[in-house]
Amino acid sequence: MSEQDVFAKPSPSGAPAAKPDDASAVAPSRRKLLSGSAGRSVGLVVALVVLCIVGYITGGERFASSDNAMTILRLAAALGVLSIGMTFVITGGGIDLSVGSVMGLTTVWASTLATQTMAQDTHWIVMVGVALAVGTACGLINGVLVAYGKVVSFIATLAMMVAARGLAEMIANRQTQQVKVKPFLEFFRANILGIPALVWMFVLVAVAGWVLLNRTTFGRRTIAVGGNPEAARLAGVNVKRHTMYLYGLAGLSAGIAGVMMLVRTTAGSSTTGTGYELDAIAAVVVGGTLLIGGRGTIGGTVLGVLIFTTLTNVFTLNNMSTSAQSVAKGVIIVVAVLLQQRFAARGRAT
Amino acid sequence: MVNVDPQPEPRPLLQMQGIVKQFPGARALDGVDLEILPGEVHCLLGQNGAGKSTLIKVLAGAHQPDEGQILLDGAPVTIAHPVAALSLGVATMYQELDVVDGLTVTENIFLGHELASAGFSQRRAATRRTRELLARLGHPDISPHKEVGQLSAAGKQIVQMARALSYDARIIIMDEPSAVLDSGEVANLFRVVRELTREGVAVVYISHRLDEIRQIGDRITVLKDGRTVAQNLAVADTPTPDLIRLMTGRSVDQVFPPSTPPTPDAEVLLRVEGLGLKGTFQDVSFEVRAGEVVGLAGLVGSGRSEILETVYGARVATSGTVEIAGRRIRRGSVSSAVGAGIGLCPEERKSQGLLLDEPIYRNITLSTFTRFATAGFLDERGERRAAREQVEALDLRPHDVDRHVRTLSGGNQQKAMLGRWLVHGCKVLLLDEPTRGVDVGARSEIYTLIRDLAAAGTAVVVVSSEIDEVLGMADRVLVVSEGRVVFTGPAESIDEHQVLALVMEGSAA
Repeated sequence: MSEQDVFAKPSPSGAPAAKPDDASAVAPSRRKLLSGSAGRSVGLVVALVVLCIVGYITGGERFASSDNAMTILRLAAALGVLSIGMTFVITGGGIDLSVGSVMGLTTVWASTLATQTMAQDTHWIVMVGVALAVGTACGLINGVLVAYGKVVSFIATLAMMVAARGLAEMIANRQTQQVKVKPFLEFFRANILGIPALVWMFVLVAVAGWVLLNRTTFGRRTIAVGGNPEAARLAGVNVKRHTMYLYGLAGLSAGIAGVMMLVRTTAGSSTTGTGYELDAIAAVVVGGTLLIGGRGTIGGTVLGVLIFTTLTNVFTLNNMSTSAQSVAKGVIIVVAVLLQQRFAARGRAT
Repeated sequence: MVNVDPQPEPRPLLQMQGIVKQFPGARALDGVDLEILPGEVHCLLGQNGAGKSTLIKVLAGAHQPDEGQILLDGAPVTIAHPVAALSLGVATMYQELDVVDGLTVTENIFLGHELASAGFSQRRAATRRTRELLARLGHPDISPHKEVGQLSAAGKQIVQMARALSYDARIIIMDEPSAVLDSGEVANLFRVVRELTREGVAVVYISHRLDEIRQIGDRITVLKDGRTVAQNLAVADTPTPDLIRLMTGRSVDQVFPPSTPPTPDAEVLLRVEGLGLKGTFQDVSFEVRAGEVVGLAGLVGSGRSEILETVYGARVATSGTVEIAGRRIRRGSVSSAVGAGIGLCPEERKSQGLLLDEPIYRNITLSTFTRFATAGFLDERGERRAAREQVEALDLRPHDVDRHVRTLSGGNQQKAMLGRWLVHGCKVLLLDEPTRGVDVGARSEIYTLIRDLAAAGTAVVVVSSEIDEVLGMADRVLVVSEGRVVFTGPAESIDEHQVLALVMEGSAA
C-alpha cells in the first residue's frame, strides 16, 4: 500500500469535501446547546418562582399586584443595565469595581448641568449625552489602564471607584441636586403600553446585550479574550483594543444607569450607586457567567438581577431589616456558585 | 492478541486485568491488561486516544475502574485516591509538570507529606533528604532552596522524579517525560531510569518516540481503542513496522512523505532580513519560496521558537524586517502579520492556541470569524460549514464541530490548529513543534498534510526538537545555535550527526 493510499486526503488547500447535509447536522447540535444553557437557567427560574411564592404567601395581594411587579422592575432597571455591562467585562476576563461610583458621578454631572450651568434651559438630550459621555470616558480610562498600562483590573477599577466618588463629591459639593427639567422627567416617566419607560430601557439594553454577546464578532472576541487571551492574540485578535472597549462598554452602561437613577430619584447625588458594583457582580455571577472569563450569559444576568430585586421587595413588604436582606443575599450567592460548580463539573464530564 | 511471554519469569510486581473505564458517551478503557515486573522499563505504546492517559490515571488513583482488578504483589488492591497510590508505592510523573512554581525544591518534593514533628516542619531534615535525592538523580547542582519556577523544564522534571522517590516508589509512571527535554537532558533521564531499575524500581514509560523506546525499554504493551492489543513484547525482538502496525492497525513503510522541492523561480513568500531580538537571537536572515518547507533545528533554548514568534509579530523585533510576498510587516503586530497571510501553530497548543471550552468550529474560525460576518453579525452557519469541510479534509475526529476542543486528543487538537490556517488560506505557515504530543499514526498524517500544503503553494517553516523530523520534512534546513544561524543548506546536504555536532559546537563556544 502506498503512502498516498494510506493517508488519502483531499487537498488541504481548502478544497471543499463532499457537502455535508447542513440541516441535519446543525439542528441537533443547536438543540444541545440550547438545553445546555437553558439547563443552567432553569435553576435560576425555579429560585425566582420560589421567591415569588414566598412573596405571595407573606405579602398576599400587596406582592402579587401589577403595581408591585412594576415597582420591582423599576427598581431592577438601573442595576440591570449596570449588570449587562458588567457581564461583558467579566466574560472578557476582567472585573469592574468602579461602575457604581461612575454611575453616581454621571448623575451628579448631569444634574449639575441641569441645575447650575444651564438650569432650566437644559435640553434633556444634552443631559443624557453628558451622562453617557462621562460614563464612557471613565470606562475608557479604566480600559486604557488595564489593557495598555497592564494594571490589574481589580486595582485599576478600584482606583477609579474611589476617584470617581471623590470627583462627584467635589462637583456636587456634597449636596443633592433636584432636577426640575420637566421634559426630561416627563419623557422618561412616560408609560408605554402600560410599562414604564425605565423598564423598556432595561429590556432594550438586555436585548442589545444579548445580540452583541451571542450574535456579533464583538461578542465572539469577548469570549475568546476571556477564555484564552494568548490564543486570541496569536489568532490575530487585537486583545488590548478589545479589552479597552469592554471597559468602555461598562462605563457606557454606567452612564445609562445614571440617567435611569436620575429619572427615578429626580436628583443627582454623589452617594448614588454606592455598593451597586458589588450587586452587579453578584447578579452576574449568580446568573452563571464564569468569573474567570470565557463564558457569559445575558439571560442569566437578567435573572440574577430579578432575583436580588424581588428579594429586596419581599423583605421590604414584610418590614424586615436591610441587614437580614444582606444575609439572605450572601446565602444566595454562595448557593448559586456551589450549584454552578456542580453543573460545570457535570458538563465537563460529558 | 499477540502474547510473547518470556520464559520462567519473575513474579509480577503489578498486574491489571480486564480494566474497563466508562465515561459518559465514551468507553475509554475496554478491557486492558498490563503486567509489570520489578526492575523493568515497561513501555506503553498507543495512539492518542488509545487510553494510555486514562490507564495511568486509574493506576494513579485519579480514576476508579468500572470493571477489572489490580493486583499488587499478587494481592488485589483498590486504589481509591492519589494518596492511596503513593502509599502503595505507585508514583506518577504527569506530562504537564505539576510542580508549584512559587515553592522551593524541597517544599515541592515534600508537598503533602512534609517532614514534621509535633506540627513543626523539620526543615533541616527535609533539606538533607532533598540533597540525597537530587544526588541520586545525578543533579547535586540543583539547590534545595531554589524556587522551582526558576528551573528549566528538565529541572522541574528532576524535582518531580525526586518527589516520586521521596515516597519510596516501587513503580514510577512517566508520561512522555522526554517531550520537554532536549537530547542532552534525555540522556541524563535515561541514566537515572537505568539506575532506578537497577535498584528494582519498575518504570512505566510512555513516549511517542520509538527510538527512545529502543534505547531504554525492556518490554512493550500496546494499546489500541482502549484495549490491550499486544502484551509483553520484548523490545529487542520486535521490529518497528510491527509496532506501528499494532498501534494503527495499518502498515507504515515510510514516515516522511516524499518532498517535492520548489522550482527555483517560485515566488519568495517570506523574506526575513537581519531579524534580531535583544538577548535572544540576532541577525537571522532567510527566505522561503512558495512550495518550500524550511526547517529550523536547534536545542531547546537556542532561540528557534523565538525566531518564529518574532517573525509572526508575537514578539517585538529589535532589528530587521519581515516581508510577506514583498509586503513589509509592522513590527510586533500579530494582526498585521495575520492580515498579510501568516499563520502560526504555536508550541503550546493548549495554552497558546486553543479555546479549550469552546467548540471545534469556533477554534477553527478564530482568526477568520470576522470574514464570515456581515456588518459585525456572525454567520455561525457559514463558520460551521467551513469548519466541517476542514474537519473532514483533515479527518479530525470526532467529526462533530460542536464538540469542545478539550475533549480531543493531541493529534486532533493540532489538526484543529491546522484547520484554522487552512480556512484562513495563509501564504506562509509557521509550525512550532507540530507533532509534540502527537502519536505515530497521526504524525504521518500531519507530515503528509504539511507536504500537501507546500505542494499547493504555501511557504512552510517548521521548528522541531527532533532533528530527524526537521531533516525528513524540510527542503532546506537552518541550524540555530545560541541565537545564531550556524548553517543553511538543503536538507540532503546534512545528516543528523552533523546537525548535532553543529549545535553542540555552537553551545560550547
